[in-house]
Amino acid sequence: MTTVEAPPKARSRPRINPFAGIWRRPVPAAALVVVVGISVAVIFAPLLAPHPPLAQDLLHTLSGPSANHPLGTDALGRDVLSRLLYGGRPTLIGVGLAVLVYAFFGMSLGMLAGYLRGWTDRVIVAVLDVMLSVPAVIITLAVLAIFYQSNAAAMLTIGFFASAGLARIIRSSCIALREELFVDAARVSGLGPARIMARHILPRLTGQLLVPVFLFSGNALAIQTGLGFLGLATPAPAPSWGGMVGDAAQIMQQDPYLLFVSGGLIGLMSLSFGLVGDGLRDLEQDRRQATGGRLRRPVPATAPENAAKPSDGAVLAVRDYSIAFATAHGPRTVVDSISFSVRPGEIFGLVGESGSGKTVTGLSLLGLLPPNGAVTSGAAWLADTRLSGLPERELQRIRGSEIALVSQEPMLALDPYFTIGSQLAEVIRRTAAVSGRKDAVRERIRELLTSVHLRDPDDVARRHPHELSGGMLQRIVIAMALAGSPKVLIADEPTTALDVTVQAGILDLLRSLRDEHGMAIILITHDLGVVADTCDRAIVMEQGRIVEEGSVEDIFYRPRHAYTKKLIESTPSIARTEGRIA
Amino acid sequence: MTGTPILKVDGLAVRYPSRGFRKPPTTVIEDVSFEVGCAETVALVGESGSGKTTIGRAVLGLTPVSGGRVLLDGRDVTRLTGRARRLLSSDLQAIFQNPYGSLNPALPVGRTLAEPLLVDSARSRDEVRAHIAELLRRVGLPEDAADRYPPQFSGGQRQRIAIARAVARKPKLIICDEPTSALDVTTQAAALNLLSELQDTLGCAYLFITHDLAVVKEFAARTLVLQHGRIVEEGRSTDVCDRPQHAYTRRLVAAAPVPDPVLQRRRRQQRTDVEAATA
Repeated sequence: MTTVEAPPKARSRPRINPFAGIWRRPVPAAALVVVVGISVAVIFAPLLAPHPPLAQDLLHTLSGPSANHPLGTDALGRDVLSRLLYGGRPTLIGVGLAVLVYAFFGMSLGMLAGYLRGWTDRVIVAVLDVMLSVPAVIITLAVLAIFYQSNAAAMLTIGFFASAGLARIIRSSCIALREELFVDAARVSGLGPARIMARHILPRLTGQLLVPVFLFSGNALAIQTGLGFLGLATPAPAPSWGGMVGDAAQIMQQDPYLLFVSGGLIGLMSLSFGLVGDGLRDLEQDRRQATGGRLRRPVPATAPENAAKPSDGAVLAVRDYSIAFATAHGPRTVVDSISFSVRPGEIFGLVGESGSGKTVTGLSLLGLLPPNGAVTSGAAWLADTRLSGLPERELQRIRGSEIALVSQEPMLALDPYFTIGSQLAEVIRRTAAVSGRKDAVRERIRELLTSVHLRDPDDVARRHPHELSGGMLQRIVIAMALAGSPKVLIADEPTTALDVTVQAGILDLLRSLRDEHGMAIILITHDLGVVADTCDRAIVMEQGRIVEEGSVEDIFYRPRHAYTKKLIESTPSIARTEGRIA
Repeated sequence: MTGTPILKVDGLAVRYPSRGFRKPPTTVIEDVSFEVGCAETVALVGESGSGKTTIGRAVLGLTPVSGGRVLLDGRDVTRLTGRARRLLSSDLQAIFQNPYGSLNPALPVGRTLAEPLLVDSARSRDEVRAHIAELLRRVGLPEDAADRYPPQFSGGQRQRIAIARAVARKPKLIICDEPTSALDVTTQAAALNLLSELQDTLGCAYLFITHDLAVVKEFAARTLVLQHGRIVEEGRSTDVCDRPQHAYTRRLVAAAPVPDPVLQRRRRQQRTDVEAATA
């Protein structure tokens, strides 16, 4: 048995802290400080409050801020700061209860509907629709008519009705999650629905809970204080934020100051909840976009020394060429001083397994390296033009007209919203091979589609990508690449996504295009069968280095490097007589 | 084939309801019948859309069956659900194509490997841990892999983890759905060797679903060729690859490139001659 290289020792938990990075954003960070700070102050009200909340000081009513009363006193001479601290308690307890109910019902209803599907799903969705269509505030008032001045009953009702919105979000995430292969694998392992939901679904969904919870907290706060204002949530002398706004509103004409203090606090808290929610959502978005390298900073390109262009009649020449990527652990070299030349009219294979650097090499020739990658030494020449260090404008002109790309996934290279004809026309106009006249463009489209051996080119030109098969789409992508009559065509795994019978047709096409147009084709592939079928010469790459170079006959019949031999032996062959099983 | 078949599929049909009023359902699989013997490897070959993956999923109970029967070890399991289906997991397992998707990235490898062992909860914690260590050793991974997470492993290593999960309870049949097509060729060869080794020691049968006839020839004893949801050819793998009978199989064989430039040139010439003659 083969030995397997040891996996990296570092043990990092892949679970992400949803708050990670929030301190780099001033607004949500400040909002989080406000939310946590006020909540802690309210919890420790008995320790922090300078006076009992109900103690009246009738000599100092409506006093305004003073040393004894930092935020002043109200109409009965009660300390405003103390009342705010104590008054936050029913509000935050109410919000807390509402959030608990909201998260519990939203999560469980959403997960049951999304995972179990079938009639469970239908019943739950119907219930959710009813919950969303009922005016929750009126129901809450009805509940308060029964449970008079019960803060808990009111907020539980609010949380329950609001949970319908959360349940819908969770349900749709859950429907996507249950299609994941690892959920199928768990089912095959014999796990029941309860275990699968607990082990595989729930941990994935909790991350999505945080944003709606913060946004809902802001709403719940507004509703709770609204009920307090109406005197429905907290019995009279006890302080509450809503009740304090109510008291202040009665003496608004005399002294508007109290309204600013109480109303301002509610506003600040409500706003902060919302800002934390928005901030967390932005962070989540960033994390989703910045998968892979944490660093987007480019590698400092040490100005490639002025290597002289080799004069061997090559249409494309690469000398002492290195490419590095910036990673969290500093620059990492992925292509290490490689040199090769491609002659006109030749199909040249760039062969290697994943991580060999073959695709990166191809993309760099087109100037299409990702932003954190750069050519760090050597240079590439297209005929007499030095590609390395060329300004982006020049590269844009060369791309398509001198050197073109055919990529692995034809469906991704085409826009699903436009017809084949209009997408080809765009490329034709850009490469300016013909005058912009309509029938000239149409004629060129027909010519290109015929050249990639598509029958009935007019019909194909009228269609949208989704109406055509993968093989036809790859032919169309090749036709697009041909629009500018390039000297070099870079084909990056052009048949990997295709069936073997379709692959044979595409390889035939590449060969015939080479014969007819005399262009050079660089075929990037991992498949030695494809190399044997199509290439004239090839290089074999392993971990960024060239280990073998020569004609395909040399490579297959006289391999010098052990890695090449191993590759050839590992490639299964339908023509080989000795099988593993006799 | 030896003894009673471990898997017998009889007239299997899978149809999906079509969108739109009174449209006939879309047929994915129609009248597919085959058997897999004990400790045998049978390959199911077809191109995309041939329905090969659907057959595997239907046997596993992941896709509802519209007609026909699936017998596992002589027992009809076509429409088993709930607990009865879960108990099958000791006999019937699967290895999926994509080792990046088939392992939950947020669970340590050890917990993923413990899942098949949870079904009958008679094992103690230490027994489970010893069993997982044994599994990891068997697929050639270090013992401390149990504490790490799937993203820390390469594609080939992840597929070894998936293989370890599949053989955890010594099943009689493993459905392998393109288990090596996401891997590099050198890794693929190692994974196929591992599967052969495990078959020798554990005596499990494989239903090997693939698009690659070349792999089939070296790995499977018998081959079924599938086109548009029907079996068009069936026989010993060497016969199917060397002397294909059905026109579609001939096209498949002719189109498979071989890693030998001179031989491939000759094969290509034959193929284009046939294509020119039929066109």
